[in-house]
Amino acid sequence: MNSSALVTSIAGVLAAAAPVLFAVIGETISERAGVLNLSMNGMILLSAMGSFAVALATNSVVLGFLAGAAIGALVSLVVTFASLTLLQSQVAVGFVLAQLCRDLSYFLGNPIMGKVGPRISQVPIPGLERIPVLGTILFRQDVMTYLSFILIVAAWFFIFRTRPGLTLRGVGERPAAAYIRGANVNRLRYLYAAIGGAIAGLAGPIYSLSIKAGWKGTISGLDGIGWIVLSITIFGGWKPFRAAFGAYLFAFLQWLGLVLQPSLPSVPSQVLQVAPFPLMILTLLFVNIGNAEWVDRSLARLPENVRRDIVRVLRAMNATPPAALGVPFEKE
Amino acid sequence: MRDTRGNRLLFQIGAILFALLIANLVLFLAGAQPFAAYKYIALGAVGSWDVASNVLVSWVPLLLATSGLLVTFTVGLWNIGIEGQITLGAIFTTWAMRLLQDSGWNPGIILTIAVLAGVLGGTLWALLAGALRTFGGVNEIFGGLGLNFVATALNIWLIFGPWKRPGVASMSGTLPFDRSLWMPIAAGSSRLTPATIAIAIVGIIAVYTMIEGTYFGLKLKAVGRNPRSAYILGISTWQNMMASFAICGVFAGLAGAVQVTAVYHRLIPSISSGYGYLGLMVALLVGYRASLAAPVALFFAALNVGSIQLPIVLKLDSSLAGVLQGTLVLFVILGHGVRARLLKKTKRTP
Repeated sequence: MNSSALVTSIAGVLAAAAPVLFAVIGETISERAGVLNLSMNGMILLSAMGSFAVALATNSVVLGFLAGAAIGALVSLVVTFASLTLLQSQVAVGFVLAQLCRDLSYFLGNPIMGKVGPRISQVPIPGLERIPVLGTILFRQDVMTYLSFILIVAAWFFIFRTRPGLTLRGVGERPAAAYIRGANVNRLRYLYAAIGGAIAGLAGPIYSLSIKAGWKGTISGLDGIGWIVLSITIFGGWKPFRAAFGAYLFAFLQWLGLVLQPSLPSVPSQVLQVAPFPLMILTLLFVNIGNAEWVDRSLARLPENVRRDIVRVLRAMNATPPAALGVPFEKE
Repeated sequence: MRDTRGNRLLFQIGAILFALLIANLVLFLAGAQPFAAYKYIALGAVGSWDVASNVLVSWVPLLLATSGLLVTFTVGLWNIGIEGQITLGAIFTTWAMRLLQDSGWNPGIILTIAVLAGVLGGTLWALLAGALRTFGGVNEIFGGLGLNFVATALNIWLIFGPWKRPGVASMSGTLPFDRSLWMPIAAGSSRLTPATIAIAIVGIIAVYTMIEGTYFGLKLKAVGRNPRSAYILGISTWQNMMASFAICGVFAGLAGAVQVTAVYHRLIPSISSGYGYLGLMVALLVGYRASLAAPVALFFAALNVGSIQLPIVLKLDSSLAGVLQGTLVLFVILGHGVRARLLKKTKRTP
């Protein structure tokens, strides 16, 4: 592979990671507030189909993207309503919605299958695009990819550097304490679940109006992305930069699968396409294993200097979920 | 409002009516006549002896999956990895069949060994998810999902690689087994296999008895209700969790074995047919009660089989079955929540 092809490939990986990034950041915001939205897989499919349908009918990609965000927010609000107001299991409702939205997208999307509709195109940034190498990688992308770069920084800044961000973390970590300090816990949870859902919902139109333009039903290749998104959210430790790293790693591994395909003819393409998934389990294992009790016990038997190094590595990888994730809050 | 059996039933009927209303709305959006759609689903499910027996064929693996999931739900675990466990069951069954098909042994013995191999495969895969959860701290939902993808990849690799058909490998699966190695089919039917129906019925009865009538079932319930207090009372959390994973794996493995020996007679890429996820939906709909699992699974199987010909007769996608099942489960859960809220309100105001 020559260097210009490599540069184009890196640009491609950044674009392919954009929808995953939107979904992961959206889920991170929602989970930071304590709402686990397990419906992601079906929700992305439904927003991909719905936004393409709207864009096709109105011939406007902007309306398409708005529809995608609206679908994401709506699905997220159903999960939130069921758990915060009706005190039902977030996991159960999220799972049911993941299945229901997936089937809904296939059922309602049937008439628009394979149609050619509007899509967004690349918008090179004048001047900057001429920078050698970096210009091609960073500044010849579409609008949503640019926004995905901004989103990472903006989400980090909001969560860790602003007062509402502090309250957001408080609502997910210690809702009782946040309540005493004057935060309306449930209203904020509704709000951030809706915002997170809307951001995640944009992942759908990024697929159907850009990188996988159109709606192709079960062969869209989108089924499964949502589950990966949920794993990356954990891998990302509910921190935007680490989550972004996870999203780029995933996109890179998928690209690697495609590149390796010709040199491994005996391996079916579907096998290489799922290569990132077992790697995700392994990373989840490493992210979580520091929390296991038996690890502490066996580490205690090791000599001090070895133990210190292992503990340092485990702590660097470790991620602890928001303490009140999935736990409804009731003032009493 | 008081907590009575009567208003519980009333709320459930209300939830079902609401689900139907939403389903009609969806059908209306798709430009279809709701009643025509329901009519063709009913005809497609019970219109002839042949389609009705297809419903039973699909009921067996669905009920097996549901039975296993009732055990993991009892200890409060979400065994979403059941899809992969079914797939591994099917893979192990196919493996045993391939090893023994030319041995000249009695087909009954070969089939028995193959089914047991499937049980082994499902159990091992379930124990892997269980070990990730109990020793690795990986939530069973995410560990299970990852293992599902690995199982699918392994399955496809086998079909296109080592076990490919002579000539060209294809998505249609491995070469079908000889007719003598099919699960025996009932006289006068094309697909009905009494042995697998017997396994499914014995399975759900065993699960019901175990959960409701044994000390082991009581321990599982204790862990499910409150793992901490169960632990303080001397009930090992991890042992009971692993045991329930293993039992669920046995049922998933059986479902996979049934798919290979009685339904497809070969290994195909989508061998689990989504019965694991659908089993989760059934378990959610019946509120984890084993007594209702068999009829509800039958109803879900009927919806699936009944909608197969919708694309031909009404130009509607057959995913309508999933839409109906999903809305039904969603509204029953929401209805449950509304009722619980109303009950609580009455309790507060004396």
